[in-house]
Amino acid sequence: MKDKKLSGAEILIKSLEAEGVEVIFGYPGGQALPIYDALYDSGIKHILTRHEQGAAHAADGYARATGRTGVCLATSGPGATNLVTGIANAYMDSVPLVAITGQVPQSLLGKDSFQEADIMGITMPITKHSFLVEDPAEISQVVKEAFYIAASGRPGPVLIDLPKDVSTVKAEYSKPDKICLPGYEPVLDGDRRQVKKAAEAIAQSERPLIYAGGGVVTSGAHEELLQLAELIVAPVATTLMGIGGFPGNHPLSLGMLGMHGTKYANFAVCECDLLIAVGARFDDRVTGKLETFAPGAKIVHIDIDPAEIGKNIQVDIPIVGDVKRVIKQLTEILSPDLREAWRDKITAWKKEYPLSYCKKGGLKPQYIISEIYRQTKGRARVTTEVGQHQMWAAQYYTFTRPRSFISSGGLGTMGYGLPAAVGVQVGCPEDVVFDIAGDGSIQMNIQELVTAVNYNLPINIAIINNGYLGMVRQWQELFYNRRYSQSELINPDFVKLAEAYGAEGIRVTTRDGVAPAIERAIRSGKPVMIDFVVDREDNVFPMVPPGGSLNKMLG
Amino acid sequence: MRHTLTVLVENTPGVLARVAGLFSRRGFNIDSLAVGRTDNPAVSRMTIVVEGDDQVLEQVNKQLHKLIDVIKINDITKDAYVDRELVMIKVYAEAATRSEIMQLVDIFRGRIVDVGRKTLTIEVTGDEGKIDAFENCLRPFGIKELVRTGKIAMLRGLKPGTKNNGYKEEDMV
Ligand SMILES: Cc1ncc(C[n+]2csc(CCOP(=O)(O)OP(=O)(O)O)c2C)c(N)n1
Ligand SMILES: [Mg+2]
Repeated sequence: MKDKKLSGAEILIKSLEAEGVEVIFGYPGGQALPIYDALYDSGIKHILTRHEQGAAHAADGYARATGRTGVCLATSGPGATNLVTGIANAYMDSVPLVAITGQVPQSLLGKDSFQEADIMGITMPITKHSFLVEDPAEISQVVKEAFYIAASGRPGPVLIDLPKDVSTVKAEYSKPDKICLPGYEPVLDGDRRQVKKAAEAIAQSERPLIYAGGGVVTSGAHEELLQLAELIVAPVATTLMGIGGFPGNHPLSLGMLGMHGTKYANFAVCECDLLIAVGARFDDRVTGKLETFAPGAKIVHIDIDPAEIGKNIQVDIPIVGDVKRVIKQLTEILSPDLREAWRDKITAWKKEYPLSYCKKGGLKPQYIISEIYRQTKGRARVTTEVGQHQMWAAQYYTFTRPRSFISSGGLGTMGYGLPAAVGVQVGCPEDVVFDIAGDGSIQMNIQELVTAVNYNLPINIAIINNGYLGMVRQWQELFYNRRYSQSELINPDFVKLAEAYGAEGIRVTTRDGVAPAIERAIRSGKPVMIDFVVDREDNVFPMVPPGGSLNKMLG
Repeated sequence: MRHTLTVLVENTPGVLARVAGLFSRRGFNIDSLAVGRTDNPAVSRMTIVVEGDDQVLEQVNKQLHKLIDVIKINDITKDAYVDRELVMIKVYAEAATRSEIMQLVDIFRGRIVDVGRKTLTIEVTGDEGKIDAFENCLRPFGIKELVRTGKIAMLRGLKPGTKNNGYKEEDMV
């Protein structure tokens, strides 16, 4: 008789295929061997990163760029713990991610066995949910639920921990037909009465401001947001995560608000009489001192996560629901408004307080980023590391499309950008991908350069090389009396490093060298790392000092 | 203010860790937490007593709801409910004090569940105030050991639930 039973690992792969998974980012090891064995016969593509953190970030970048759920895979113990930063990163930025880990066999669990780590316990505070699978017959149901939880409602990472005996033992595969999660039921439509109240508040408002966060990008609400803003003539300021959710070149765009926001965005927050927060969570990097945030404004807060409402700030009109749907509900009952005085004021502010930088001296990071923007016509997918270069990328690359700015916002993870770029390029093979990097950050996951070479992923890395942990140095300059404690860097030769990895390396030290280098990189069809040796002590401005009021900006 | 929450959760491994971890990580103050399974073995019920103002309680509620394993939460503080706690106290009892202690046990409608050479072990159930009062009465004799279950609570009568999620209202009676 033919054995119709499959091993747990085979069931896992089959279940992933059933979810439409096309690619897994991962790294093998003992307890994951059965899974890797099953993967050997599968149509699912596997990208071997060179570190599990890279796998998690690559899956995260893939998810942010494509909107599909990213999948990463690692072995037990050190493999699993290496995923932790990547999982936390995805959690903070609400990225749909399914992380699968091998685990020691159940008979060895809890015995400090070789390569045992309680990864479910370790990741409990940084996952949306997690599963420890005890029986291969459960796998297909668990996978289905994991993908559903990861991508629905407010997305987030879900962990599946799979002991080796479970992946080895055979069971019958059955396609799960329904999801049974009595405690999980995201609310999608906004409450009609609340929507009506918000519409009334908007109609009465003279100076409305839309504060748009990552939820706009996640829910695909960019078109609805544009409609709403134009209909009611409300300027739009985005958070770092909201960048791309509203076209940066639109007359109503105020760019980014908060600590390194534009002056006009922060002025608008201070002067608006109605703040409409959509898919944003009043993070301290946005609000500064809470008591003086939007002091004269009524607050409407639209978010899919009820727990975000009232968490940091009291709101007047909360609406729980999917941002895209709620905005649609709103525009349906709103009538157009001109608000000429408000519009003129915004236009005047934008003229009077544009983003600017000192053009004297050596090579300027802001110029480099503007040039990347110019040459890619604003259509590149840009990932970043974390630091000054990240803020300059947010400020000087004008993003017009959602899912094109891919940056670690909530956790602020140095080392995110390169592996994320790998994932982005895998998900969007046709697009030009740039990692705007710092000389410090790039070394945190530099090993992924060979992943890009390995899989012929023509990513471009622009290192803004200031010889410092620049953002740390900036804070030390401003708040610690220029005592540059441990922020100066001795760097490797990045060109040689790129070449050693099999990528192309270019060094640029003058303004004239910038444009040709970028052009060469885009054309090369290979992974390229450009070492832009820039002015060492440039600062990111404007800046609201931590805990300060938004109208008191430095620079 | 102290609030009493009754929380229905899926009886999965790790659910207690999820709830406890949430409270500690977000800095919510738990006074007591009692947990056990319901008539449905797949569902457990927690009674959580938590301290906080309205805003904190709103967050407690919402953050608990975010846990996938949490099926339903009721803050019954302002409703009519029955609550009980059980305490076991091992108290020093010499020949001279035994009868006095036994009288107290009678008054509090407790029971002596074990007799040692120099001790009595007493069980009392009741609401928190009664348990506190009993403990205070016994303190002068010298308490050797004390264990309390934490409060369990249930609404009186029938009350429509806040959310329909397939679990019968009888769960709440
Ligand atoms: C993993 C990690 N460690 C430390 C930090 C703190 N940190 C924030 S920015 C920064 C400096 C980054 O330096 P670099 O990558 O050179 O960027 P720059 O600011 O110079 O542009 C540091 C150390 C962090 N965000 N992430
Ligand atoms: Mg640097």
